[in-house]
Amino acid sequence: MKAIDLLAAGELTLLGLWGERDAVHMALFGEAGDVAVVTLECGSGEFPSVSVFHPPALRLERSIRDLFGLEAAGAGDTRPWLDHGVWGAHAPLGNNTGAGEKAPYPFLPAEGEALHQVAVGPIHAGIIEPGHFRFSAGGEHVVRVEQRFGFTHKGIEKLMQGASLDGAATLAARSCGDSTVAYSFAFARAVELALGTEVPPRARYLRALMAELERVANHIGDIGGICNDASFALMLAQTGILRERCLRAADVCFGHRLMMGAVVPGGVARDIAPAGVEQVRALLAEIRKVFPRLIELYDNTASLQDRTVTTGIVKAEYARRFGAGGYVGRAAGRSFDARRNLPYAPYDQLSFKVPVLDAGDVNARVWIRIREVEQSLALIDQILDRLPRGAIRTELKAPDQSREGMALVEAFRGDVLVWLRLDAENRIARCHLRDASWFQWPLLEAAIEKNIIADFPLCNRSFNCSYSGTDL
Amino acid sequence: MRRTLLESLTHGPLTEAPPAPDEAALAELAKNVQKAAQARLGRSLSIRAVDAGSCNACELEIHALSNAFYDLERFGLRFVASPRHADVLTVTGPVTKNMREALLRAYNAMPDPKWVVAIGGCAADGGIFKGSYACLGGASDVVPVDLHIAGCPPSPTALLKGLLALLQHVEGRTG
Repeated sequence: MKAIDLLAAGELTLLGLWGERDAVHMALFGEAGDVAVVTLECGSGEFPSVSVFHPPALRLERSIRDLFGLEAAGAGDTRPWLDHGVWGAHAPLGNNTGAGEKAPYPFLPAEGEALHQVAVGPIHAGIIEPGHFRFSAGGEHVVRVEQRFGFTHKGIEKLMQGASLDGAATLAARSCGDSTVAYSFAFARAVELALGTEVPPRARYLRALMAELERVANHIGDIGGICNDASFALMLAQTGILRERCLRAADVCFGHRLMMGAVVPGGVARDIAPAGVEQVRALLAEIRKVFPRLIELYDNTASLQDRTVTTGIVKAEYARRFGAGGYVGRAAGRSFDARRNLPYAPYDQLSFKVPVLDAGDVNARVWIRIREVEQSLALIDQILDRLPRGAIRTELKAPDQSREGMALVEAFRGDVLVWLRLDAENRIARCHLRDASWFQWPLLEAAIEKNIIADFPLCNRSFNCSYSGTDL
Repeated sequence: MRRTLLESLTHGPLTEAPPAPDEAALAELAKNVQKAAQARLGRSLSIRAVDAGSCNACELEIHALSNAFYDLERFGLRFVASPRHADVLTVTGPVTKNMREALLRAYNAMPDPKWVVAIGGCAADGGIFKGSYACLGGASDVVPVDLHIAGCPPSPTALLKGLLALLQHVEGRTG
């Protein structure tokens, strides 16, 4: 309860809240840069609600109820979150209580004269992930939007239970395809911390190279995507070329365009191809030639700025309270980057800046991404210059007893948390993956208020939160 | 902006020569697609992509089809927002139980003749999510699939090969 008080007082930040059959775990981050996990046994099937005092925990509590059947006592909102009543099971990771049933889902009300509702999704107009948005609008202006997700829930955490390290790593890499390197990286680090494994220096640097390539490719692609959603297609055409060049370089280096499965517990699955270093240097030169021109284009196109400046503002107070990571938090004054605040190899040996802005609008999120591309390019330079020689993978020994490990890795959209427990034979007893989007999605609901419905795609794109990463 | 536009005009195109249609895909189509449906549509197909629980990697590569290197629209293939405008439904992901109804509704909203392409290992048979309490076993559990494009995710080139095979088949050249 002390921890909940400190969360509510803003002295701690919620990093994660997840369940087990008879227990609930909560990860916390303190201002001093320390991380703690609080575990509460709940044999009675109940745990004290965190969300009642600290709203960012709400969706996590609803998910714990759906997956484990553990009730958050005192919670105000007890609607299901992931469970749509069609699994043929309730609480599949807990004391499975037989088939759930499909029930109407009551959306939160919006009252006022001449309000109307617009239901969007789960299938959207564009080629994006499925999710439902319920708008209440007065004319063009959004009064309230409520998200309803869970459509891409695949049962990843259940599939992981009892899986071998290889099997679980394969699942972790496919939790969220655009951040596959970051997820594999976080999963591998959690395993290595549990086992006390030292990763060879070359592998550490290769992991960072992949992570930065992934970040650059996503940021560049999304900058074009955001502009395209403001009807400025030229930018998407240009950034699409740069993104494709990134993916092709990744393919040459590591044999997969998205580098899926390249980071594994113990190191990396394959060394960089002989032609890889040259390929990456050529890529950096190309980006450095073209990207500044695109930034100038963004900055000097008044019709585009008209759409992005002051649109979809995230309040700094919300970003802080929700512990919003990534560009969503950093564009609204929250200076947090797992690479710096909870440094891990090799970032503790590399120099980079963490850009922060205060405006919190679409424009600020674009600028954070622009600055982060520049930082990543500089990081890749450092990585290539210092790339150590030697082994790329260490053998993992079975621990003889149950071990736990937790790691945070900075993906392009924010920090990914992986917590796991291994049994004595190095199988997964329980693994939880927490995407940065858990603490960003709710802010989108707040950011869109008083904006027009037509600006929603633009706001949504500037957040680019993950559906699969949160639905799992 | 002027400089970027001018350079785009003076540079040679980035767009690459199309790959040959996938032989295996042609063989699969020859089995599945009715002759009656062929040659009705001319050289143009509209595609509605539905993510039925994918990890988003397939979507990224489908997006890449529209970049300058692959330029999908030069073949008369284009993505549309409404299933009512679509000839082809592409399905990604293992088909989660939570997406089953939405996928079925999208399929039912499409006019005949129509084709379904299952993209990626998950849509083929559930892939690594097979057997989960939350997933079905791929697209064919919900809609009749005419063509599978393998990969995790399939590269844009693999996607092009499959879609070109479909286009060629619909045109009736090989049928």
